[in-house]
Amino acid sequence: MSTAVIESVTPAPRRPWRQPRKVALETTILVVASVVFARFLEAATGLAGVLGLYVGFAVALPVLAIVSVVRKGRNATIDRFATSVLVVAFGVVCIPWISVISTVVRNGSRAFYSGYLTTDMLITGVDDPLNTGGLAHALVGSVLVVLIASFIAVPLGIVAAIYIVEVKGRFAGFVRFLTQAMSGVPSIVAGLFVYATIVIFFGGFSAWAGASALVVLMLPTVARTSEEVLKLVSDDLRAASYALGATQARTTFSVVLPTVFSGLITAAVLGVARVAGETAPLLLTTSYFVKTSTNLNEPIATMPIYIFSSLGIGTENSIARAWGGSLVLLAAVLILFLIARIASNRLSRK
Amino acid sequence: MSTETDVPEIRLISGVRKRTDMLFRGAMTVGALASLVILALIAGFLLFRGFQIFADFGLGFLTSSTWDSGDVNDPTTARFGIAAMLVGSVLIATIAVVVAVPFAMSAALFIEYYAPRAVRTVLTSVLDLIAAVPSVIWGIWGYSVLMPDAEGWAKTLHSWLGWFPLFDVPAPIFGRSPFIAGLLLAMMILPIVTSVAREVYGQAPRDHVDAAYALGGTRWGALRTVVIPFGRSGLVGGAMLGLGRALGETVAVFLVLNLVFDVNFKILASAGGNVASLIASRFGEASPYELKGLMAAGLVLFLVTLLVNAAATAVVKRAKVAV
Amino acid sequence: MDQPTSNEPTNVDTGEVVKPVIDAPAAPVEDRTRRRARNLEVGSAKGLEAVGVHAWFGNHHALADVSLHFPENTVTGLIGPSGCGKSTFLRLLNRMHEFIPRSAMAGEVLFEGRDIYGPGVSPTEIRRRIGMVFQKPNPFPAMNIGENVVAGPKLARLRVEDRDALVEECLVRAGLWKEVKDRLDAPAGSLSGGQQQRLCIARSLALRPDVLLLDEPCSALDPGSTLRVEETIVQLSETMTIVIVTHNMQQAARVSDYCAFFLSDGGPGRLIEADLTSNMFSNPSDERTANYVQGRFG
Repeated sequence: MSTAVIESVTPAPRRPWRQPRKVALETTILVVASVVFARFLEAATGLAGVLGLYVGFAVALPVLAIVSVVRKGRNATIDRFATSVLVVAFGVVCIPWISVISTVVRNGSRAFYSGYLTTDMLITGVDDPLNTGGLAHALVGSVLVVLIASFIAVPLGIVAAIYIVEVKGRFAGFVRFLTQAMSGVPSIVAGLFVYATIVIFFGGFSAWAGASALVVLMLPTVARTSEEVLKLVSDDLRAASYALGATQARTTFSVVLPTVFSGLITAAVLGVARVAGETAPLLLTTSYFVKTSTNLNEPIATMPIYIFSSLGIGTENSIARAWGGSLVLLAAVLILFLIARIASNRLSRK
Repeated sequence: MSTETDVPEIRLISGVRKRTDMLFRGAMTVGALASLVILALIAGFLLFRGFQIFADFGLGFLTSSTWDSGDVNDPTTARFGIAAMLVGSVLIATIAVVVAVPFAMSAALFIEYYAPRAVRTVLTSVLDLIAAVPSVIWGIWGYSVLMPDAEGWAKTLHSWLGWFPLFDVPAPIFGRSPFIAGLLLAMMILPIVTSVAREVYGQAPRDHVDAAYALGGTRWGALRTVVIPFGRSGLVGGAMLGLGRALGETVAVFLVLNLVFDVNFKILASAGGNVASLIASRFGEASPYELKGLMAAGLVLFLVTLLVNAAATAVVKRAKVAV
Repeated sequence: MDQPTSNEPTNVDTGEVVKPVIDAPAAPVEDRTRRRARNLEVGSAKGLEAVGVHAWFGNHHALADVSLHFPENTVTGLIGPSGCGKSTFLRLLNRMHEFIPRSAMAGEVLFEGRDIYGPGVSPTEIRRRIGMVFQKPNPFPAMNIGENVVAGPKLARLRVEDRDALVEECLVRAGLWKEVKDRLDAPAGSLSGGQQQRLCIARSLALRPDVLLLDEPCSALDPGSTLRVEETIVQLSETMTIVIVTHNMQQAARVSDYCAFFLSDGGPGRLIEADLTSNMFSNPSDERTANYVQGRFG
């Protein structure tokens, strides 16, 4: 047999199992047919609106999917049916998300005017026209309360993570269990607890009390994310540090933590995002105040309470204000998430 | 411990740690146990503040449905019981889980096994993001967008299945019902349940999936024979995690539920109960004695969610997924 | 590139001249059509044949220009060091290759004279006709022994006339019946590794495939179990075409009629030599083959 290597021309790679044009065509036909069918169903029955249309679509797609492959045999038919059911179910899952975001943006933008972010409600009634007043007080208050909470919860959370990953102490498993248990504490219970302690002892609602309640909710998020982040540090790095004669404390603070600094930022930001919109505990701890205030010993306005109380008034303009606050809050959470993502991407690139 | 066969004694390697290190380890241990302190304080203070209620009403606090603050000056006229609220909390949370789980399962399978890779990455982030949407926003959306629609669905459900006690109503009012609150909670817990399910399904062993394909199975065949059975316990854990969230949710439920102090299983009726909403709604005008009642209710809620979450954690851990 | 007549391979037992059915590697591209025509004439229509097959993972060219014919009712061993592309080649033969993200291929795989990568061919149908057994035993953990055996027909939604008979037949053919006949309800995980692997073979047999592909089926097994599986393979080859990837030279010598040697010189894996097993081990024509089968590298 010949073994001479003859330089043969390499053929172009192909993927015969993908039939993009055919699949795209089939899918398009299916979807268009389902929409048409859904239109008819909408006209024939009382199911009106976007949701009604989707219900029709949800019924039509699996049915048409079956019809389209039934000649290929039972197995292929069931496969196609299951696929279309999964697609439809996934659509159902996405609809509320799209609806929440689009409604908040649409209704929220009505409340906006040039001074919305810089004016408070001190001289404006909740039902006054939408070109007066604003949520400056709530914004300032939320930032203050969340900042104080972070100053306590972030170090504590990171310490818990260091204890589990670096110190690997006797209670490591127990501490992890506790953090997990803590993440399940209902937010109203956290508020009630702070009310039973700080509010009653110090005689009143305050930013401090609100921040304390948020610490309870923020700590587990920070601890868990930090733990995941610290686990990313390879043991080689620690070994290298120990080999240079460094103590564990020095290794942790000078080698491990700087390596994952951006990851710890992610943990902190996720913790902030988790509590920025918490309403129930603040109802019981900070109460509400219409003036922009930086006095931490008094009741203070926060974004969630601003939304909640505006909604509670129930007039047209106050509800519009509630939507406006929701838009600002949602945007804030979104921005926090983007920051967390960017920070964690920077970490993974290292 | 030395044995007859001349096994040398085991030497434990014990280096003397530096003082700074001992200090460091001690400080971290103390800091890490902060969560223990906080949890203990929560339970302790709620018990401390609410103890009088348990002493005055005993088990009746859990089995009676009357919530009457009585005369402000005469605490003996007050009657507190959270049976209706507790049953309502469980009922609503159950509706939420029952509705959410099939959809979470489908969405997770879709994301993990059908969506193209780029889409999968995006959807995973979107799941995290949606999970962080504040409950007050879900509440305002549920109140003004979901409820009007859901009332219509409730009517349809009632007209078809009204003969069944669960879907019966005493009066044709369909707003602010456990059904609507349950639907809203279902949407709120969907992201967390989906992301747990997605993670377990993603860990289904590749060689078993391959085996199903090699036997001429379709994609659905492989999912049905391998992936779904594999993810069962993880899905249960995720569902219980969702249950824990749903039990403790306050603001969103408060906005779409009519609190009625009567045990009610008619889910379409405009009457329901919820411990967290009870606390939020009575807190503002409560007398000192009623406040103690609320503390006691908070303690019950705390213990119930703690139990559910511990069980969920155990189940999920068995499925080897980091949540 | 014809076989030199002086060196015509003969069947050791019968002395009959064996037709030169194994194609020469690395032939020039312009020759392929002619080669293919000849192969189709030579090979039986029922056999399996790869023609100029390439494989890629993303931009990594993993396998280049393999042409190989697997005659009906024979055992062909694919040998070669790790990373030479033999497992990749095996997975190409029943369309399992395409499950790896960003994979691609070129060339043709002919089964009963038809390209299995051609338009309109159902991959599930192909995988049903060309069974596969994997390196690690992978019985379905959620099913008991009996359910595992009939998992194939169930997945394919084929009607099984007599389930018990099918279970018994497949387990007998896989050489496992005697050991498990009293505990068909036991979970598959309760079997030993070797038994699990034979259960996987039985599971493939339940679909009555024409070809069985085995990907290092004994690498996770102890020597005793390995022998049992090898016996099973030899018995099965009376009625079906078998392709087995193996790292173990003795195993290749024991079970295979033909051998194909794959090697990668840093670039894509290539087929270096293919011949009767006896020739490969006694008188390989390529120096690299000789080095490998004698254990000098790999």
